[in-house]
Amino acid sequence: MRRYAPKDNVQAKPYYTDRFWVAPQVPRSAVGDDEVFAADLAAIKAKFEVAEAYIQVEQMVVYIKPEDNYGVLELLRDELGYTQLSEVSAIDWLADKGQFEVFYQMLSMTKRKRLRVKMFIGETEAVNSVEKLFRSADWSEREMYDMFGIKLNNHPYPKRILMPDDWEGWPLRKTYPLQGDEFAAWYEVDKIFGKEARDIIGPELRDPAEVNRYDTKRFARLGHEVPYGADLSEGETKTDLDYQEEGGVFLIEKLHEEKSVVIDDRDR
Amino acid sequence: MAQHQVNFTQDGGLPVALTTVDKVVNWGRSNSLWALTYGLACCGIEMMASGASRYDFDRFGTIFRASPRQSEVMIVAGTLTKKHAEFIRRLYDQMTEPKWVISMGSCANTGGMFNTYATVQGCDRVIPVDLYLPGCAPRPETLQYAVMMLQKKIRREKAIKAQKPKRLM
Repeated sequence: MRRYAPKDNVQAKPYYTDRFWVAPQVPRSAVGDDEVFAADLAAIKAKFEVAEAYIQVEQMVVYIKPEDNYGVLELLRDELGYTQLSEVSAIDWLADKGQFEVFYQMLSMTKRKRLRVKMFIGETEAVNSVEKLFRSADWSEREMYDMFGIKLNNHPYPKRILMPDDWEGWPLRKTYPLQGDEFAAWYEVDKIFGKEARDIIGPELRDPAEVNRYDTKRFARLGHEVPYGADLSEGETKTDLDYQEEGGVFLIEKLHEEKSVVIDDRDR
Repeated sequence: MAQHQVNFTQDGGLPVALTTVDKVVNWGRSNSLWALTYGLACCGIEMMASGASRYDFDRFGTIFRASPRQSEVMIVAGTLTKKHAEFIRRLYDQMTEPKWVISMGSCANTGGMFNTYATVQGCDRVIPVDLYLPGCAPRPETLQYAVMMLQKKIRREKAIKAQKPKRLM
Protein backbone atom coordinates (compact mmCIF):
# COMPACT_ATOMS: atom_id res chain seq x y z
CA MET A 1 0.00 0.00 0.00
CA ARG A 2 1.27 3.42 -0.89
CA ARG A 3 1.03 6.27 1.54
CA TYR A 4 -1.98 8.44 0.77
CA ALA A 5 -1.13 11.99 -0.27
CA PRO A 6 -3.75 14.52 -1.36
CA LYS A 7 -3.64 15.14 -5.11
CA ASP A 8 -6.05 18.11 -5.27
CA ASN A 9 -3.26 20.67 -5.46
CA VAL A 10 -1.18 18.96 -8.12
CA GLN A 11 -1.13 21.94 -10.49
CA ALA A 12 0.39 24.30 -7.92
CA LYS A 13 3.37 22.05 -7.35
CA PRO A 14 6.38 22.09 -9.64
CA TYR A 15 6.03 18.37 -10.20
CA TYR A 16 3.75 15.56 -9.15
CA THR A 17 4.35 11.92 -8.44
CA ASP A 18 2.61 9.17 -10.34
CA ARG A 19 0.63 7.22 -7.76
CA PHE A 20 0.91 4.07 -9.86
CA TRP A 21 4.66 4.33 -10.26
CA VAL A 22 6.55 1.20 -9.25
CA ALA A 23 10.26 1.31 -8.61
CA PRO A 24 12.10 -0.70 -11.29
CA GLN A 25 13.56 -3.97 -10.04
CA VAL A 26 16.62 -5.76 -11.29
CA PRO A 27 15.27 -8.93 -12.98
CA ARG A 28 15.75 -12.19 -11.10
CA SER A 29 15.96 -15.71 -12.41
CA ALA A 30 15.70 -19.13 -10.80
CA VAL A 31 18.82 -20.82 -9.46
CA GLY A 32 18.14 -23.81 -11.71
CA ASP A 33 19.17 -21.73 -14.74
CA ASP A 34 22.82 -22.07 -13.77
CA GLU A 35 24.07 -25.58 -13.05
CA VAL A 36 27.13 -24.42 -11.02
CA PHE A 37 24.96 -22.32 -8.73
CA ALA A 38 22.35 -25.09 -8.54
CA ALA A 39 24.98 -27.52 -7.26
CA ASP A 40 26.26 -24.94 -4.75
CA LEU A 41 22.76 -24.27 -3.47
CA ALA A 42 22.08 -27.99 -3.09
CA ALA A 43 25.26 -28.34 -1.03
CA ILE A 44 24.21 -25.47 1.25
CA LYS A 45 20.64 -26.76 1.55
CA ALA A 46 21.93 -30.18 2.61
CA LYS A 47 23.34 -28.72 5.82
CA PHE A 48 21.61 -25.42 6.46
CA GLU A 49 18.21 -23.84 6.16
CA VAL A 50 17.85 -21.52 3.13
CA ALA A 51 14.96 -19.06 3.19
CA GLU A 52 15.25 -17.81 -0.39
CA ALA A 53 17.66 -18.08 -3.30
CA TYR A 54 17.75 -16.52 -6.77
CA ILE A 55 20.15 -15.29 -9.43
CA GLN A 56 20.47 -11.56 -10.05
CA VAL A 57 22.99 -10.03 -12.49
CA GLU A 58 24.74 -13.41 -12.83
CA GLN A 59 25.27 -13.64 -9.08
CA MET A 60 23.49 -16.01 -6.76
CA VAL A 61 21.85 -14.52 -3.67
CA VAL A 62 21.18 -16.88 -0.77
CA TYR A 63 19.21 -15.93 2.33
CA ILE A 64 20.22 -17.89 5.41
CA LYS A 65 19.46 -17.82 9.12
CA PRO A 66 21.76 -15.44 11.04
CA GLU A 67 23.06 -18.10 13.45
CA ASP A 68 24.29 -20.21 10.49
CA ASN A 69 26.54 -17.56 8.97
CA TYR A 70 29.85 -18.96 10.23
CA GLY A 71 28.95 -22.49 9.12
CA VAL A 72 27.72 -21.43 5.68
CA LEU A 73 30.82 -19.37 4.98
CA GLU A 74 33.07 -22.19 6.19
CA LEU A 75 31.28 -24.57 3.84
CA LEU A 76 31.59 -22.14 0.96
CA ARG A 77 35.29 -21.61 1.57
CA ASP A 78 36.43 -25.17 2.28
CA GLU A 79 34.18 -27.28 0.07
CA LEU A 80 32.68 -25.08 -2.62
CA GLY A 81 35.75 -23.02 -3.59
CA TYR A 82 34.55 -19.54 -2.63
CA THR A 83 37.92 -18.58 -1.22
CA GLN A 84 37.57 -14.81 -1.14
CA LEU A 85 35.33 -12.56 0.90
CA SER A 86 35.28 -9.22 -0.91
CA GLU A 87 32.84 -7.24 1.21
CA VAL A 88 30.77 -7.37 4.37
CA SER A 89 28.28 -4.71 5.29
CA ALA A 90 24.66 -4.14 6.17
CA ILE A 91 21.54 -2.41 4.86
CA ASP A 92 19.26 -0.47 7.15
CA TRP A 93 15.66 -1.70 6.86
CA LEU A 94 14.74 -0.59 10.40
CA ALA A 95 11.90 1.67 9.24
CA ASP A 96 10.38 -1.04 7.03
CA LYS A 97 10.98 -4.27 8.92
CA GLY A 98 12.80 -3.34 12.12
CA GLN A 99 15.76 -5.34 10.86
CA PHE A 100 19.22 -5.04 9.34
CA GLU A 101 20.14 -7.01 6.24
CA VAL A 102 23.74 -8.22 6.56
CA PHE A 103 25.45 -9.44 3.40
CA TYR A 104 28.66 -11.30 2.60
CA GLN A 105 29.97 -10.96 -0.94
CA MET A 106 31.95 -14.06 -1.97
CA LEU A 107 34.17 -14.78 -4.96
CA SER A 108 35.34 -18.10 -6.36
CA MET A 109 38.43 -17.79 -8.55
CA THR A 110 38.23 -21.42 -9.74
CA LYS A 111 34.55 -21.34 -10.70
CA ARG A 112 34.65 -17.68 -11.80
CA LYS A 113 31.45 -17.05 -9.88
CA ARG A 114 30.26 -14.49 -7.36
CA LEU A 115 27.83 -15.36 -4.62
CA ARG A 116 26.09 -13.20 -2.02
CA VAL A 117 25.03 -14.58 1.34
CA LYS A 118 22.37 -12.51 3.07
CA MET A 119 20.58 -12.62 6.38
CA PHE A 120 18.22 -10.50 8.46
CA ILE A 121 18.98 -9.60 12.07
CA GLY A 122 17.12 -7.55 14.65
CA GLU A 123 18.25 -4.11 15.76
CA THR A 124 19.86 -5.31 18.99
CA GLU A 125 20.99 -8.74 17.82
CA ALA A 126 24.68 -9.61 17.56
CA VAL A 127 26.33 -11.26 14.55
CA ASN A 128 28.88 -14.06 14.65
CA SER A 129 32.20 -12.76 13.38
CA VAL A 130 33.72 -14.60 10.42
CA GLU A 131 37.16 -13.10 11.02
CA LYS A 132 38.55 -16.57 11.80
CA LEU A 133 37.62 -17.67 8.28
CA PHE A 134 38.51 -14.56 6.29
CA ARG A 135 40.99 -11.93 7.48
CA SER A 136 39.26 -9.38 5.25
CA ALA A 137 36.22 -9.57 7.50
CA ASP A 138 38.17 -7.95 10.34
CA TRP A 139 37.97 -4.36 9.14
CA SER A 140 34.69 -4.81 7.25
CA GLU A 141 32.94 -6.02 10.38
CA ARG A 142 34.46 -3.22 12.42
CA GLU A 143 33.14 -0.76 9.85
CA MET A 144 29.73 -2.42 10.05
CA TYR A 145 29.81 -1.95 13.83
CA ASP A 146 31.01 1.64 13.44
CA MET A 147 28.38 2.68 10.93
CA PHE A 148 25.32 0.67 12.03
CA GLY A 149 26.00 -0.33 15.62
CA ILE A 150 25.69 -4.04 14.84
CA LYS A 151 27.47 -5.93 17.63
CA LEU A 152 29.84 -8.79 16.89
CA ASN A 153 30.44 -12.08 18.66
CA ASN A 154 34.01 -13.42 18.83
CA HIS A 155 35.62 -10.49 17.05
CA PRO A 156 39.26 -9.98 18.14
CA TYR A 157 39.09 -6.18 18.23
CA PRO A 158 35.48 -4.95 18.22
CA LYS A 159 36.17 -1.23 18.10
CA ARG A 160 35.12 1.68 15.88
CA ILE A 161 37.28 1.92 12.78
CA LEU A 162 36.54 5.33 11.20
CA MET A 163 34.78 7.49 13.75
CA PRO A 164 36.46 8.52 17.03
CA ASP A 165 36.14 6.07 19.91
CA ASP A 166 34.05 8.46 21.97
CA TRP A 167 31.59 9.15 19.14
CA GLU A 168 27.90 8.79 19.84
CA GLY A 169 25.50 7.55 17.20
CA TRP A 170 25.62 5.28 14.16
CA PRO A 171 26.15 7.44 11.07
CA LEU A 172 24.97 5.12 8.30
CA ARG A 173 21.57 4.43 9.82
CA LYS A 174 18.75 6.07 7.90
CA THR A 175 17.64 7.93 11.02
CA TYR A 176 21.02 9.64 11.46
CA PRO A 177 20.91 13.24 10.13
CA LEU A 178 23.37 13.92 7.30
CA GLN A 179 24.68 17.09 8.94
CA GLY A 180 24.98 15.41 12.30
CA ASP A 181 23.01 15.51 15.52
CA GLU A 182 23.63 17.75 18.53
CA PHE A 183 26.61 15.66 19.66
CA ALA A 184 28.25 15.75 16.22
CA ALA A 185 27.70 19.48 15.74
CA TRP A 186 29.59 20.37 18.93
CA TYR A 187 32.03 17.46 19.00
CA GLU A 188 35.28 19.34 18.37
CA VAL A 189 34.30 22.33 20.53
CA ASP A 190 33.26 20.14 23.46
CA LYS A 191 36.36 18.02 23.22
CA ILE A 192 38.97 20.79 22.86
CA PHE A 193 37.54 23.77 24.72
CA GLY A 194 34.74 22.29 26.80
CA LYS A 195 31.00 22.77 26.72
CA GLU A 196 31.22 26.28 28.17
CA ALA A 197 32.92 27.49 24.98
CA ARG A 198 29.86 26.80 22.85
CA ASP A 199 28.50 30.32 23.31
CA ILE A 200 31.81 31.93 22.37
CA ILE A 201 32.53 29.91 19.26
CA GLY A 202 28.95 29.70 18.09
CA PRO A 203 27.08 27.19 15.97
CA GLU A 204 28.36 25.85 12.66
CA LEU A 205 27.44 27.77 9.53
CA ARG A 206 25.89 25.02 7.47
CA ASP A 207 24.52 27.09 4.59
CA PRO A 208 27.25 27.61 1.99
CA ALA A 209 25.10 30.02 -0.04
CA GLU A 210 24.26 32.37 2.79
CA VAL A 211 24.69 36.04 1.94
CA ASN A 212 24.77 38.57 4.76
CA ARG A 213 26.51 41.88 4.18
CA TYR A 214 26.83 42.60 7.90
CA ASP A 215 28.64 39.34 8.63
CA THR A 216 32.33 40.22 8.47
CA LYS A 217 33.54 37.17 10.38
CA ARG A 218 32.57 34.46 7.96
CA PHE A 219 32.35 34.02 4.22
CA ALA A 220 28.79 35.23 3.96
CA ARG A 221 29.65 38.76 2.87
CA LEU A 222 29.57 40.26 -0.61
CA GLY A 223 31.17 43.62 -1.22
CA HIS A 224 34.37 45.45 -0.39
CA GLU A 225 36.98 43.77 1.70
CA VAL A 226 36.73 44.98 5.27
CA PRO A 227 38.69 44.14 8.41
CA TYR A 228 37.75 40.96 10.22
CA GLY A 229 34.90 41.54 12.61
CA ALA A 230 34.28 45.14 11.52
CA ASP A 231 30.91 46.60 12.55
CA LEU A 232 29.05 47.66 9.42
CA SER A 233 25.68 48.47 10.92
CA GLU A 234 26.54 52.20 10.83
CA GLY A 235 27.51 52.08 7.16
CA GLU A 236 30.50 50.99 5.13
CA THR A 237 33.92 52.53 5.44
CA LYS A 238 35.54 54.20 2.46
CA THR A 239 37.90 52.05 0.42
CA ASP A 240 40.47 52.87 -2.19
CA LEU A 241 38.69 50.74 -4.76
CA ASP A 242 37.05 52.46 -7.70
CA TYR A 243 34.35 50.97 -9.81
CA GLN A 244 33.69 51.72 -13.44
CA GLU A 245 29.94 51.88 -12.97
CA GLU A 246 30.31 54.53 -10.25
CA GLY A 247 29.84 57.34 -12.74
CA GLY A 248 27.08 55.57 -14.63
CA VAL A 249 27.66 53.18 -17.49
CA PHE A 250 25.16 52.05 -20.12
CA LEU A 251 23.32 48.86 -19.09
CA ILE A 252 25.40 48.40 -15.95
CA GLU A 253 23.76 49.20 -12.69
CA LYS A 254 25.69 49.55 -9.50
CA LEU A 255 24.61 47.42 -6.57
CA HIS A 256 22.91 49.56 -3.95
CA GLU A 257 23.68 48.04 -0.63
CA GLU A 258 20.69 49.67 1.03
CA LYS A 259 18.44 47.80 -1.35
CA SER A 260 20.08 44.45 -0.77
CA VAL A 261 18.16 41.95 1.35
CA VAL A 262 19.47 39.59 3.99
CA ILE A 263 17.64 36.30 3.54
CA ASP A 264 16.73 34.92 6.95
CA ASP A 265 14.83 31.83 5.89
CA ARG A 266 16.86 29.95 3.35
CA ASP A 267 14.31 27.17 3.03
CA ARG A 268 11.48 29.41 1.86
CA MET B 1 97.30 57.02 2.00
CA ALA B 2 94.42 55.10 0.62
CA GLN B 3 94.69 54.10 -2.97
CA HIS B 4 90.94 54.25 -3.55
CA GLN B 5 89.25 57.37 -2.44
CA VAL B 6 85.74 56.50 -1.18
CA ASN B 7 83.24 59.28 -0.80
CA PHE B 8 81.32 58.01 2.20
CA THR B 9 78.77 60.78 2.07
CA GLN B 10 77.65 59.95 -1.44
CA ASP B 11 74.64 57.75 -2.09
CA GLY B 12 75.74 54.17 -2.10
CA GLY B 13 79.13 55.03 -0.82
CA LEU B 14 78.40 54.42 2.81
CA PRO B 15 79.22 50.84 3.84
CA VAL B 16 76.50 51.09 6.49
CA ALA B 17 72.76 50.54 6.12
CA LEU B 18 70.46 52.33 8.50
CA THR B 19 67.18 50.73 9.44
CA THR B 20 64.97 49.98 12.41
CA VAL B 21 65.08 46.90 14.59
CA ASP B 22 61.49 46.13 13.61
CA LYS B 23 62.42 45.95 9.98
CA VAL B 24 65.46 43.76 10.56
CA VAL B 25 63.59 41.28 12.74
CA ASN B 26 60.58 41.18 10.45
CA TRP B 27 62.87 40.81 7.45
CA GLY B 28 64.35 37.75 9.09
CA ARG B 29 61.03 36.32 10.20
CA SER B 30 59.22 36.85 6.94
CA ASN B 31 62.00 35.40 4.85
CA SER B 32 62.43 32.20 6.79
CA LEU B 33 58.87 30.99 7.19
CA TRP B 34 59.27 27.33 7.92
CA ALA B 35 56.01 25.56 7.31
CA LEU B 36 54.61 22.58 9.13
CA THR B 37 53.76 19.84 6.65
CA TYR B 38 50.04 19.58 7.05
CA GLY B 39 48.58 17.90 4.00
CA LEU B 40 45.18 16.54 5.00
CA ALA B 41 43.66 15.90 1.57
CA CYS B 42 44.08 16.81 -2.10
CA CYS B 43 45.19 20.38 -1.22
CA GLY B 44 48.25 18.66 0.23
CA ILE B 45 49.22 17.60 -3.28
CA GLU B 46 49.23 21.23 -4.41
CA MET B 47 51.18 22.14 -1.29
CA MET B 48 53.77 19.49 -2.13
CA ALA B 49 53.95 20.79 -5.69
CA SER B 50 54.58 24.27 -4.31
CA GLY B 51 57.45 22.93 -2.28
CA ALA B 52 58.98 20.97 -5.14
CA SER B 53 61.43 22.27 -7.70
CA ARG B 54 58.99 23.58 -10.32
CA TYR B 55 57.38 26.17 -8.04
CA ASP B 56 60.23 26.15 -5.53
CA PHE B 57 59.18 27.43 -2.14
CA ASP B 58 62.79 27.46 -0.99
CA ARG B 59 63.42 30.77 -2.71
CA PHE B 60 60.91 32.36 -0.32
CA GLY B 61 62.71 30.77 2.61
CA THR B 62 59.73 28.51 3.12
CA ILE B 63 61.02 25.08 4.00
CA PHE B 64 58.68 22.32 5.12
CA ARG B 65 59.46 20.84 8.50
CA ALA B 66 57.99 17.68 9.93
CA SER B 67 58.01 19.02 13.48
CA PRO B 68 55.79 21.71 15.03
CA ARG B 69 58.71 22.78 17.25
CA GLN B 70 60.68 23.97 14.25
CA SER B 71 57.95 25.63 12.23
CA GLU B 72 56.39 29.08 12.21
CA VAL B 73 53.50 28.69 9.83
CA MET B 74 50.91 25.94 9.66
CA ILE B 75 49.38 25.46 6.22
CA VAL B 76 46.14 23.59 6.83
CA ALA B 77 45.83 21.93 3.43
CA GLY B 78 42.68 19.88 3.16
CA THR B 79 39.57 18.60 4.88
CA LEU B 80 39.70 18.76 8.65
CA THR B 81 37.61 15.95 10.11
CA LYS B 82 36.12 16.04 13.58
CA LYS B 83 38.27 13.10 14.59
CA HIS B 84 41.39 15.05 13.65
CA ALA B 85 40.37 18.37 15.24
CA GLU B 86 42.03 17.67 18.59
CA PHE B 87 45.31 16.76 16.91
CA ILE B 88 45.47 19.98 14.86
CA ARG B 89 44.89 21.91 18.08
CA ARG B 90 47.64 19.99 19.85
CA LEU B 91 50.10 20.57 17.02
CA TYR B 92 49.20 24.25 16.92
CA ASP B 93 49.85 24.52 20.65
CA GLN B 94 53.21 22.82 20.21
CA MET B 95 54.40 25.42 17.69
CA THR B 96 56.53 28.18 19.20
CA GLU B 97 55.50 31.84 19.12
CA PRO B 98 55.35 33.76 16.86
CA LYS B 99 53.20 31.51 14.71
CA TRP B 100 50.81 31.91 11.84
CA VAL B 101 48.16 29.78 10.14
CA ILE B 102 47.18 29.66 6.49
CA SER B 103 43.86 27.97 5.85
CA MET B 104 44.27 26.48 2.38
CA GLY B 105 41.27 25.59 0.24
CA SER B 106 37.51 25.52 0.66
CA CYS B 107 37.46 22.59 3.06
CA ALA B 108 39.78 24.19 5.56
CA ASN B 109 37.99 27.55 5.21
CA THR B 110 34.38 26.49 5.63
CA GLY B 111 34.13 22.73 5.36
CA GLY B 112 33.63 23.20 1.63
CA MET B 113 31.53 20.62 -0.11
CA PHE B 114 31.66 18.31 2.90
CA ASN B 115 28.50 19.55 4.55
CA THR B 116 28.38 16.39 6.64
CA TYR B 117 28.45 15.18 10.22
CA ALA B 118 32.15 14.27 10.22
CA THR B 119 33.78 17.46 8.91
CA VAL B 120 34.77 20.53 10.91
CA GLN B 121 33.03 23.46 9.23
CA GLY B 122 36.11 25.64 8.94
CA CYS B 123 39.37 25.10 10.81
CA ASP B 124 38.94 28.52 12.45
CA ARG B 125 36.54 26.82 14.84
CA VAL B 126 39.58 25.19 16.38
CA ILE B 127 42.64 27.37 15.70
CA PRO B 128 43.01 31.10 14.91
CA VAL B 129 43.60 31.64 11.20
CA ASP B 130 45.65 34.48 9.70
CA LEU B 131 44.97 33.97 6.03
CA TYR B 132 42.17 32.26 4.15
CA LEU B 133 43.08 30.92 0.75
CA PRO B 134 40.12 30.19 -1.56
CA GLY B 135 40.09 27.48 -4.20
CA CYS B 136 39.36 23.82 -4.64
CA ALA B 137 42.18 23.05 -4.76
CA PRO B 138 44.20 26.29 -4.98
CA ARG B 139 46.98 26.14 -7.54
CA PRO B 140 50.60 26.36 -6.34
CA GLU B 141 50.76 29.95 -7.58
CA THR B 142 47.88 30.78 -5.25
CA LEU B 143 49.66 29.27 -2.30
CA GLN B 144 52.79 31.18 -3.21
CA TYR B 145 50.75 34.36 -3.32
CA ALA B 146 49.29 33.51 0.08
CA VAL B 147 52.77 33.11 1.53
CA MET B 148 53.75 36.44 0.01
CA MET B 149 50.68 38.07 1.55
CA LEU B 150 51.61 36.54 4.89
CA GLN B 151 55.12 37.92 4.51
CA LYS B 152 53.57 41.34 3.91
CA LYS B 153 51.50 40.96 7.03
CA ILE B 154 54.52 39.96 9.10
CA ARG B 155 56.52 42.93 7.83
CA ARG B 156 53.77 45.27 9.06
CA GLU B 157 53.91 43.87 12.57
CA LYS B 158 55.89 45.30 15.48
CA ALA B 159 58.75 42.99 16.27
CA ILE B 160 59.87 44.17 19.68
CA LYS B 161 56.64 44.72 21.52
CA ALA B 162 55.48 41.85 23.67
CA GLN B 163 53.97 39.20 21.43
CA LYS B 164 50.41 38.70 22.47
CA PRO B 165 49.83 34.98 22.31
CA LYS B 166 47.17 34.10 19.81
CA ARG B 167 44.08 32.58 21.29
CA LEU B 168 40.89 31.67 19.61
CA MET B 169 38.98 32.55 22.78
